[in-house]
Amino acid sequence: MRFALRRVGFFLLTLWAALTLNFLLPRVMPGNPVEAAISSLHVPLTTSEMNAIAAQFGINEHQGLVAAYFTYLGHTLTGNLGVSFVHYPTPVTTYIETGIWWTLGLVGTTTVLAFVLGTAIGAISAWRRGSRLDSTLPPLLVFTTAIPYFWVGLMLILVFSTILGWFPSKGGYTLGATPALTWSFIGDVLDHAILPAAALLITTIGGWVLTMRNTMIGTLTEDYVRMARAKGMPPHRVMVNYAARNAILPNLTGFAMSLGFVVSGAILVEYVFNYPGVGFMLFNAVESNDYPLMQGLFLLITVAVLLCIVLSDIATAILDPRTRTAS
Amino acid sequence: MAMPISVSSGQQTGLPDPSVLPTSQGARGRTALSRLTTAIRRNRKATVGVILLLLFTLVALFPNLIPHYNPVEIFYGPKCPSCYSRPALVQATPSSAHLLGTDLEGHDVFSQVIVGTRAVLVLAIVTGLLTTLIAMVVGVAAAYLGGSWDSVLNVVTDVLLVIPLFPLLIVIVKYIGQSGNLVLILVLTVTGWSYTARQLRSQSQSLRNRDFLLAARVRGERSFYIIMVEMIPTMTSLLLACFLGNALYAVLAGSGLQFLGLGDPNMISWGTTLYWADTQGALQSGLYLWEIVPGLCIALLGAAFALLNYAFDEIGNPALRPMRARKRARKQAAVAIPVGGLASDDAHAS
Repeated sequence: MRFALRRVGFFLLTLWAALTLNFLLPRVMPGNPVEAAISSLHVPLTTSEMNAIAAQFGINEHQGLVAAYFTYLGHTLTGNLGVSFVHYPTPVTTYIETGIWWTLGLVGTTTVLAFVLGTAIGAISAWRRGSRLDSTLPPLLVFTTAIPYFWVGLMLILVFSTILGWFPSKGGYTLGATPALTWSFIGDVLDHAILPAAALLITTIGGWVLTMRNTMIGTLTEDYVRMARAKGMPPHRVMVNYAARNAILPNLTGFAMSLGFVVSGAILVEYVFNYPGVGFMLFNAVESNDYPLMQGLFLLITVAVLLCIVLSDIATAILDPRTRTAS
Repeated sequence: MAMPISVSSGQQTGLPDPSVLPTSQGARGRTALSRLTTAIRRNRKATVGVILLLLFTLVALFPNLIPHYNPVEIFYGPKCPSCYSRPALVQATPSSAHLLGTDLEGHDVFSQVIVGTRAVLVLAIVTGLLTTLIAMVVGVAAAYLGGSWDSVLNVVTDVLLVIPLFPLLIVIVKYIGQSGNLVLILVLTVTGWSYTARQLRSQSQSLRNRDFLLAARVRGERSFYIIMVEMIPTMTSLLLACFLGNALYAVLAGSGLQFLGLGDPNMISWGTTLYWADTQGALQSGLYLWEIVPGLCIALLGAAFALLNYAFDEIGNPALRPMRARKRARKQAAVAIPVGGLASDDAHAS
C-alpha cells in the first residue's frame, strides 16, 4: 500500500512538472512566436478564448504570472486545452480524439507485439547459447537498434510501395473510403498499417531481444535453475517457468522506461507514412504554428506514457514481491 | 530514440565488472589502455565499431581526402545562368559527375554527405561528452552526499526520465526556431542526462562503503578529492559505455529533428539532406540514392556507437561473450596454466 501511494505521489509530481514545463516554455524562449501566430489568424477569437490563450502563453498579459499560472492549471486540469488555431473552433481535446485511436491501434499493437516476440526470441537465444541463432542474432540486432526509425520507414516505402507496389505508402486508409465496420474497410486499414507497423517492429524488437538474452544468461547460472535441471524437469519447463520468468522482470521495468523511445519512433514513423495518429498531428501542429494543439498533444503523450508506466509498475509489483518490500 | 539496451544489461545481470574493481593506483593508466586495445582487437563487434568510427572521423577531420564539390554550388537550374539547360530530373539523376545525383535545386548530394559528416560527428561527440559529464556530477554527487541532496537530485532525475523526450524536444526546438548544431547540442544535453545519471548513481552507491573510500575518508580527504580522484577513475568503463550510448542517442534524436525540418535548413548535415530529399519528393522522382545514402550513413555511425557499447558490455561481463570466443580463450588459458584456466572458466559459469 505504501509502495502504491509513493508511486502515485511520484506520478502526480511528474504530471505537475510536465504541466509547469508546458506553461513556462513559451515564456522563457526569446520572442514569443504565439503572438505572431495569433495575429495571422483570420478568425475572431471570443474574449474567453483570448483570455485562456493569454494565460497559457503569456501574451497580452494583464494578470500577474502567478494568477496566469493558476488560470492555466485550472483550465488544463478541467480538460480545457483551448481551441486549435488551424481547426478553429474545434477544441484541442475534440480534435485529438480523432487521432488517438489510430495511434493506440498502430503503436499499441506493435509495441506489445515487439515486446512479446522480442522477449521470446531473447529467451530462446539465451537458452541455446552458442547456437547459430545466438551467434548471428545479437550483432544484427545491435545494428537494427541504431537505424533511424524514419529511414527504415522510407526504405520500406521504397521497396514495398514504390518498386513492388504491394502496399500503400501513405495514410491510414484509402482516401474517399468511408470509415465503417465492414470487412473491406478493415482490410484496407490493415493494408495501410502493415508498413508502418513493420518499421516500428524492426527498430524496436532488438532492444527487447538483447535485454532479455543478457538477463537470462545471468539467471541461467542461478542455483534454482541448476536444481530444476538436476531434478530432471523437462527442459522447456525449466526454460519458461524458472529461467525466463525471473529474467523477464528487468525487461518489464525496461518496458516502462523505453516507452518514451517508442513514442519518439511513433512520431517519426507516423510522419513518414502520413498516418492519421497523434504523432503526425503533432508534426502538423508544429508545421502550421498551431501552438495550443502542439502543447495539448505534448501533455497528452506525457500522460499516456505515465499511465503505461503506472500499469507496468503494478505488473512488476504483482510478479516480484521484492519490489513491494524494498524501501 | 534507440532504446539504451546494452548500457543497462551489465547493471541488470548484477555480475561484477572486473575492469571497474579498484586496482593499485600506480600502474593503472598504462595497463588499462593496453588491456583495452587487446580487448577491442579480440572482440569482433568492437573491431568493426572502431573501424567505422575511425572512418567517419577521418572524413569529418579531412573532408578533402575525398574529392567533392562545394556542397552549396549550384550546377543547373534558374539560379545558374551559365549552366546549360536540361530538364531538372535528367540533371538530378546520378551520373559520373554527380555520383549520388543532385537535389532539385542543383546541389551535389555526394558532396553534402561528405561535408555533412563533420556536423553529425560533432553533434554526437559533444552531446555524448556533455550529457555524460552532467550525469556524472548529478549521479555521483547524489550517491556520495546522500540525505536530502540525494532525494532532491533523485526526484529531478526520475521526473526527467519519464517525460517523453522526443515530443519535449520538438516543442522546445519549435519555440527556439530553426536550430543549428549548437542549439541542438544544448537542447539534447539539457534534456538527455537523466538515464545516465540514474546508472552512475547506483554504481557509485555500490562503491560508497568500499574500503578504499573509507580509508580516504579516515585520512581526512575532502569530498571533492574523494569523488574526483578515488571514485570516478574506478568507473571509467561504465562512463565510456554511457558516453557511447549518449552519442548514439544524439545522432538519432538530432537527425530525427532535422528530418522533421526543425533544424537549420541551410546547415549541411545528414538529417537536413534527408529533410530536403523527403520534401522535394526524392522517392517519387526516382532519385533513390539521395534518400538512401544519408540515412545509411546515420545508421552506420549509430551502429558504430552501438556495437562498441555492446562490445564493452561483453568485455566487462565475460558471461555474455560469444561461445566461440570463450572456447578459444579457454583453450589458450588451458595451454598457459592448465589448472587456473579451467578454474577461471568455472568462475564464469557459476
